[in-house]
Amino acid sequence: MVRFVLKRMLYMLITLFIITSFTFFLMKLLPGSPFNNEEKLTDAQKFILNEKYGLNDPVPVQYFNYMGNLLKGDMGVSFQYDNRPVSTMIAERIGPSAVLGIEATIFGTIIGLILGIVAALRHNTAADYVSSLFAVLGISIPSFVFAGLLQYYVGVKLDWLPVALWDGPKYHVLPALSLSVFVIATVARFMRTEMLEVLGQDYITTAKSKGLSKLVVIYKHSVRNALIPVVTILGPLAINLITGTLIIEKIFAVPGLGYQFVGSITLNDYPVIMATTIFYSVCFIVVILIVDILYGIIDPRIRVAGGKG
Amino acid sequence: MSMREKQLNNDLFQPAVISMEASEKITEESTSFWQDARRRLFENKGSVAGLIIIAVILLFAFLGPVLSQYGFDDQDVSRANLPPRIPVLEKVGFLGIDGVDIRGVNQYEMKNQKDNYYWFGTDALGRDQFVRVWKGTQISLYIAFLAAAIDMVIGVAYGAISGYRGGRTDNIMQRIIEIVIGIPNLIVIILFILILEPGILSITISLVITGWTTMARIVRGQILKLKNQEFVMASQTLGANSSRILTKHMFPNILGSIIITSMFTIPNAIFFEAFLSFIGLGIAPPTASLGSLVNEGFKSLQIYPHLVLYPAVIISLIMISFNLLGDGLRDALDPKMRK
Repeated sequence: MVRFVLKRMLYMLITLFIITSFTFFLMKLLPGSPFNNEEKLTDAQKFILNEKYGLNDPVPVQYFNYMGNLLKGDMGVSFQYDNRPVSTMIAERIGPSAVLGIEATIFGTIIGLILGIVAALRHNTAADYVSSLFAVLGISIPSFVFAGLLQYYVGVKLDWLPVALWDGPKYHVLPALSLSVFVIATVARFMRTEMLEVLGQDYITTAKSKGLSKLVVIYKHSVRNALIPVVTILGPLAINLITGTLIIEKIFAVPGLGYQFVGSITLNDYPVIMATTIFYSVCFIVVILIVDILYGIIDPRIRVAGGKG
Repeated sequence: MSMREKQLNNDLFQPAVISMEASEKITEESTSFWQDARRRLFENKGSVAGLIIIAVILLFAFLGPVLSQYGFDDQDVSRANLPPRIPVLEKVGFLGIDGVDIRGVNQYEMKNQKDNYYWFGTDALGRDQFVRVWKGTQISLYIAFLAAAIDMVIGVAYGAISGYRGGRTDNIMQRIIEIVIGIPNLIVIILFILILEPGILSITISLVITGWTTMARIVRGQILKLKNQEFVMASQTLGANSSRILTKHMFPNILGSIIITSMFTIPNAIFFEAFLSFIGLGIAPPTASLGSLVNEGFKSLQIYPHLVLYPAVIISLIMISFNLLGDGLRDALDPKMRK
């Protein structure tokens, strides 16, 4: 187990190193300097600005400076917003995104699990078909379509909930709901498959023939075993949630990290783009690492196989 | 009693001919794997529905822009922001395609366009939305198919080499894949679009850069499984070289998995293209894709909902159909993978 975790950590570091370097050199490939657009600047002023931000140094020097600063948690300053440090910008914006993501995950997982379990227990009945149909729709229909529908019908036509912005619990409902649709669908689909497989196992028949109550068989024997593989989809789900927040925050004007990221792309604010990219990558990689380790802890068979390998 | 004895006398029976040939005779025509798969696919209602919807959308995507008298970038502000209006169907009030906008004003009468019909309405610059939507569908599908095809070529080659060579080659190639998979595709795609000029080709390239790994992993797994099977060893013993074994013996056996994987790449690519267009990194105007049309439409969602409605419905239909077809193909081609 320890060896497994260490190996994963090593990969994580290599991947992070590659991502940061890759991001850095890609940004350097971009044509022009951040100050090209300012027509009023004279060449001397541009030189001074470039000097100030270290942009006149040779690229390798800039690279080592950047990596060094990154290790200290310094991600540079925004070119667009009055030299504000990027790390503070991220710190300020991460709140709403995290809240939105957590709300969508909790709501989506609970509803998804219920749908999946009901579908499996009522296999090949109307409940199963409805739940499966919902799962296909939820996986297929892009989140911005859902968000648009909710915004138009619930927000504009019915006027039940605020259309956009972020100002109290009422404002959370629509964005969190749009974000959770994919979670519900994925979890429901996966849970149904796993439950069906578990329900066909011999130990379920044994449990039933021992005379255990239906509820105990469902909860203690079926659901708990079916839950194990569901942990594996948490990684891809988390990644999808991050992609989702970019879209959802833009549609609902939620002042989160995703909204800022999309904005910085339009403004060509390279330090912000770079820092957010790296920040997102760290999130991705840490989530995947946690899921891997979690899976090893939950399912002893994998731990054994991992230890041997 | 006597009646029954009379009925069952020995004359009624004949000795059966015991013949090896007769018992081995095949009465029904044998079905090949592909015939069997096709039968299973057409038994699945979902995948048949998916196939039909894809066929209809493909037909419209190619015929729609040709049949219309307008070009996808013909601007005319005098006919801007017209709601949808379709001949005959406009008489049916509740369908909402009678040229009356959400305020209850018939815009066609207002703007002296009484004789014109814009099936999906027009956008802010007076461009015919019908043509733009189908042109956008063409582009979205083109990107998706191109990305899936390139993914397939790279993935199959990489996976086959890695799995078939084995040993150190496999080890190194797998470590590379593990690192590539660790890099979130969203990030790579956004970075690449920033570097390259936004356009069809750069979107496709950035989709491929992270997309090929899935195919490579699946192909490698299949090759590893097949490598030690008797028919491959037999072929090796008979002196077949590697390329013959790969193309003649292994490839037909993994074709099913390749098709299934590609089927799920397509909706994924369509989603990412739409996503990129949506955050402003996609296709540059006046060319449109489904994603950029939805993005444009969102700006005037409250006043002109028809601008979002049609591209959103079509992109959803495409995604649903490909997912249904993919599920059906998986069940049909690989019953063991059945979920």
